Amino acid sequence: MAEENAQNAIVDYQFGFHDPETATIRFDSGLSEKVVRDISELKGEPEWMTEIRIKAFHRFEQMPMPKWGSDILEQIDFDSIIYFLRSSEKTEKNWDDVPKDIRNTFERLGIPEAEQKWLGGVTAQYESEAVYHSIREDLEAQGVIFLDMDSGLKQYPEIVKKYFCSVVPYSDNKFAALNTAVWSGGSFLYIPKGVHVEMPVQAYFRINAKNMGQFERTLIIADEGAKINYVEGCTAPTYSTDSLHSAVVELIALEGSTIRYSTIQNWSANVYNLVTKRGVAHANSTIEWVDGNIGSKLTMKYPAILLRGEGAHAEVISVAYAGKGQHQDTGAKVHHLAPNTTSNILSKSISKHGGRSSYRGLLQVTPKADQCRSKIVCDALILDPESRSDTYPTMEIGNSTADIEHEASVSKVSGDQLFYLMSRGHTETEAMGLIVNGFFEPFTRELPMEYAVELNRLLELEMEGSIG
Amino acid sequence: MSEEVLCIENLHVSVDGIEIIKGLNLVINKGEVHAIMGRNGAGKSTLANVIMGHPAYEITSGTIHYLGRALEEFEVFERARAGMFLSFQYPVVIPGVQVGTFLRKSVKAVRGDDSLSPRQFRAELREKMSLLEMDRSFLGRYVNDGFSGGEKKRLEILQMLLLQPKLALLDETDSGLDIDALRVIADGINSVTTDAGCLVITHYQRLLNHVQPDFVHVMIDGKIVKTGGSELAGKLEEKGYEWLETAA
Ligand SMILES: Nc1ncnc2c1ncn2[C@@H]1O[C@H](COP(=O)(O)OP(=O)(O)OP(=O)(O)O)[C@@H](O)[C@H]1O
Ligand SMILES: [Mg+2]
Repeated sequence: MAEENAQNAIVDYQFGFHDPETATIRFDSGLSEKVVRDISELKGEPEWMTEIRIKAFHRFEQMPMPKWGSDILEQIDFDSIIYFLRSSEKTEKNWDDVPKDIRNTFERLGIPEAEQKWLGGVTAQYESEAVYHSIREDLEAQGVIFLDMDSGLKQYPEIVKKYFCSVVPYSDNKFAALNTAVWSGGSFLYIPKGVHVEMPVQAYFRINAKNMGQFERTLIIADEGAKINYVEGCTAPTYSTDSLHSAVVELIALEGSTIRYSTIQNWSANVYNLVTKRGVAHANSTIEWVDGNIGSKLTMKYPAILLRGEGAHAEVISVAYAGKGQHQDTGAKVHHLAPNTTSNILSKSISKHGGRSSYRGLLQVTPKADQCRSKIVCDALILDPESRSDTYPTMEIGNSTADIEHEASVSKVSGDQLFYLMSRGHTETEAMGLIVNGFFEPFTRELPMEYAVELNRLLELEMEGSIG
Repeated sequence: MSEEVLCIENLHVSVDGIEIIKGLNLVINKGEVHAIMGRNGAGKSTLANVIMGHPAYEITSGTIHYLGRALEEFEVFERARAGMFLSFQYPVVIPGVQVGTFLRKSVKAVRGDDSLSPRQFRAELREKMSLLEMDRSFLGRYVNDGFSGGEKKRLEILQMLLLQPKLALLDETDSGLDIDALRVIADGINSVTTDAGCLVITHYQRLLNHVQPDFVHVMIDGKIVKTGGSELAGKLEEKGYEWLETAA
């Protein structure tokens, strides 16, 4: 019974549809130095970028798979992945100019509608590159630069050169090396001094082709006193073969600025999602990662913040939902490198139908970092006995003035809660949906309203067939 | 002709193999208020839970009919949608679920999708909250989370008023209430009794001064051992349960 329902849940994944594959350029599967060079040449990149790519490629080849995380990693077949696929000749500014099938897909995903209502700018990436991009004129007039990363490199090579790999060196881990070698697409965002961008800007990543590898690269720089709220979403069709999504995101928050980066990851259950996200926070700045992981086969992602300047603040709020056959290995890393820096980490996970969620966290306080404060809360909710949740917290506290709080809890849905809700007319499924939404509420309330509603709806769908 | 809401015949109930209710009979008609009194552990909450369909309790023999239909075949949510309401002795916390959202979804579940427009719902909510002297700020709080004992009971009664039950089971709704709250809650209960059958579980006569019972039942060791009018409550308050013990 449970088996069957879980199958249904997977079939029910509402973004699992796909378009006919139409490519203007499609590389054969597999990775070699030639593939890396071809990507760079195709994009007409400066020499220095080609060189970084090549170095990163060799590094990728040498590095072993991460030892932590999951056994599932070993199943990745790098030779079967397609490393570059161009599906549209140009990045359009007008949805009408985007090829019809692709435009339809984004319409089904509700992107153009959201853009009109409440977004300051949108990048829509399909396979390897952005097919649509736009930013509100008033933001452009204030000097905000929002481009897809390929255009960013073309138009602002100096800025990109200065910051590219400055936060996440390609040698950081095997997947950061892979991304640096074959990156394509992603966002480039610069907010000038003192500019507050109130409307969120959004990037949406869609994989359509089978065996696709998507390797976007994002760089966000908030200049002194600037403020930005960046949101990203992602989905893919459901296929029986695997796809790989391996992104790198680098954030630079200069003095007094605030960057909030929100993600709702809802990949189909055949996608490996192996992402490195890290930000550097200078004096009195704030970096917030709001990270929701609902989909994918395996996610390994630990948004990190380096608190480099005095008084900087880090906030990581994350939720993970692990259903049948899913492993969400997520967490947060915060490095207190300067005095009076503060951090808050809230992690919530739900495991169901044999799904597995792990919290993997690192908190570091260096000897120089006096009077730091940090609070870490990890809550796990397990919906059935087959499912699993683990916590792997690491603390390296090198300064005795640090004030550290750490709480962890694992709970089950109580029969009394279900009975109470059912006695108010809710079916068991609806009751479970309410409890699950409530559990994630500290996360959802941080999202823009439209996202919160969508996420709650998604979770309610996930709960259907969750009673076995 | 009186309209029968609930009819319990020779009910036996066990939990974990231990018999708690041991042959209980009770008939409640529309418009009637029945009070059940009895010592701690007598089985009063068990009775209320069993009527509502709590899965932990097993009916080993006897029958319960609700509005003329045998209850076994109905799931908890179906009972609720058919107009049964239980005000819990110990309402549970639902973390992260806002009272406002919860009430809206519950009204929708019980009274039907298009019974109320959002506007009508808000108006009704406002009216009932003011009847219960509840502040609007409750709507933004999480269900029962950090609520005082009395606040929890007010929220139970607010739910009852919104869900418009045909059978209201009130399990110690008066416990822990201050004098003003008792009056407010009694007003709430009285506002549904003409259209509903009502089972009021209580330890104290003071609620029954405000909510006039048609019958008072004394429950001892899983059975109703005595039934009387409202004067019985006063007698129990005065003399305790001992004088009835032999009857059990
Ligand atoms: N789920 C359960 N598991 C085990 N024992 C139970 C359970 N529910 C009730 N009981 C037992 O059944 C007996 C009756 O309990 P019940 O809660 O019905 O009493 P009550 O009359 O409501 O008491 P009070 O006045 O204290 O509320 C008690 O001995 C109680 O411990
Ligand atoms: Mg009781």
